[in-house]
Amino acid sequence: MDLATFAVQCLNAVQYGLLLFLVASGLTLIFGIMGVINLAHGSFYMLGAYLAFTLAPLFGPNFVLMLVCGTLLAGLFGALLEWAFFSYLYQRDHLQQVLMTWALILVFEELRSMLVGNDVHGVTAPAWLSGSIALGSLMTYPVYRLFASAACIVIGLALWAVVNRTRLGMMIRAGASNRDMVRGLGIPITRLYRIVFAGGVALAALAGMIAAPMSSVYPGMGGHVLIVCFVVVVIGGIGSISGALIAALLVGFVDTFGKVFFAELSGIGVYLLMAVVLVWRPQGLRGAST
Amino acid sequence: MSGAAPMAPITAAQAPAAAGPARWWPLLGALVLAVLPAAISPYGQDLVLRIMTLAVFALSLELLVGTTGLVSLGHAAFYGIGAYATVLASPADSAGSLLPLAALAMGSAALYALAVGALSLRTQGVYFIMVTLAFAQMAYFVFHDTKLGGGTDGIYLNVRPVLMLGASTLVDADNKLHRYLLGWAALVVTYALLALLQRSRFGHALAGIRENEQRMRAAGFATYGYKLAAFVIAGALAGLAGFLTATKDGFVNPEMLSWHESGAVLLVIILGGLGHLRGAVIGAIAFVLLKEALSTPALMGPLADRWQLTLGLTIIAAVALLPRGLIGLAALWQRGGAR
Repeated sequence: MDLATFAVQCLNAVQYGLLLFLVASGLTLIFGIMGVINLAHGSFYMLGAYLAFTLAPLFGPNFVLMLVCGTLLAGLFGALLEWAFFSYLYQRDHLQQVLMTWALILVFEELRSMLVGNDVHGVTAPAWLSGSIALGSLMTYPVYRLFASAACIVIGLALWAVVNRTRLGMMIRAGASNRDMVRGLGIPITRLYRIVFAGGVALAALAGMIAAPMSSVYPGMGGHVLIVCFVVVVIGGIGSISGALIAALLVGFVDTFGKVFFAELSGIGVYLLMAVVLVWRPQGLRGAST
Repeated sequence: MSGAAPMAPITAAQAPAAAGPARWWPLLGALVLAVLPAAISPYGQDLVLRIMTLAVFALSLELLVGTTGLVSLGHAAFYGIGAYATVLASPADSAGSLLPLAALAMGSAALYALAVGALSLRTQGVYFIMVTLAFAQMAYFVFHDTKLGGGTDGIYLNVRPVLMLGASTLVDADNKLHRYLLGWAALVVTYALLALLQRSRFGHALAGIRENEQRMRAAGFATYGYKLAAFVIAGALAGLAGFLTATKDGFVNPEMLSWHESGAVLLVIILGGLGHLRGAVIGAIAFVLLKEALSTPALMGPLADRWQLTLGLTIIAAVALLPRGLIGLAALWQRGGAR
């Protein structure tokens, strides 16, 4: 493998890792704070991709504006879902929530099939993002992938700022480390739940929108992302955003280079990584020890 | 992690389950199931066999979730491995031997359960759920991406196994009725085994671990070993369900190991009611019949094609209205009738 190929693969790994981070950060927050194992999180990623498919022709070159509008819509949808389906489940057993989210997947998949059919679609990136740049003498790298990475970094920084520098973020961090104490201190936990859930949905949908021009938009696309994000969350430690970032990048590299070196067994790579991490640190890389 | 969610529905269940006339229900059910083929159509037989197979699978998970309090979301891996072992070990052009094949299916599932359990039992709660899921997904990709079992297309079982006694064929899985009785026998054996297990010292230790693992450890129980044993037994029984499915359908594919399958079987036992063996069986009946009814055009009209939607909405309603599953519904109804 020469240097240029290596560089391209590294860029791919980082880009994939960052995208996973967006989905996984929402998942880990919903987990850590609400204690909801959200199996439907992959569906929100799918929702984002289909949103991009629907909205892209309307917005044309204003791709960034589309991302913002789509994210807001998804967030609104998330708040609505939380109110309709989850708000009365918090006092119940975790298993009931698992079941609820599992049922929601069925509903989402069928609604998707009714609204946009079962075909595989493509989303074209706007003209200003569709070229490629030269890397070395032979290789080129698509501009859109660079844009995707940059967008993920910006969003990641914004997330970091919200979580670490605002009052809301303080409540979120407190909720992730001790939910009952937060409730005891009189913080309106139901509102916090709704914000966190809506935020998680918005992040997953945003990741789906960013990913849409790179991969095709197809039925069941949420399932694979969901499982990989579970791995990311377990490796990183539940409730930890920084852990999710480290783990997502690790998974990105293992997956990308696994495909290069062991094409046939590449699907297993990330799970092996998870097994190794668990033997070494059962609570994940950045998880609080229990 | 949690705290907010008491495991009340499980706790309430245990002891009184076998009191009064209710203790004879399983026996009565087994008898009815045994003579049922005489009374119903071949289609009905197929349906009941599907229910019994799912019930074995659900019972195996009930040992983990209901009895031991370990929520696994990767149980389909053992089911699928059992099915694949059955097909891969069957001779290509003659009938395999039934009992060794079943033993092999259970053994290979148990072996993978031993490896998965040894690692995942180091974790707890939500982590355990996701780790079991991830290991199941790993097995899924082995069958999905490699040529081991025909890749994504799956693989056919050319000749169904037989049970020979001397020169005469005792059970031939190619025969529809024999297949039915095979499923029946597996269900009865599984149910009886688990019922005995729950009454044994081992079963009480598992219940103790579910209630308060720390206290059990303080009382001198090596809880890790108990949990691992339960995990392996559950894996082996799921392998038995996989064996049944492989002989029933004559076909296996990677989707048997997918997390949708794991979710579905978890749904079955929660729907039925956790903490009872009966719950798993009732859940299996309800799930198969519900899915069948919702996808029948005669009943649902144009919505039959959209059975995922109606099934999803029904489950949501069930979660919202029946926190204790169908068993809880029966209790509610009895109380109402007594008044």
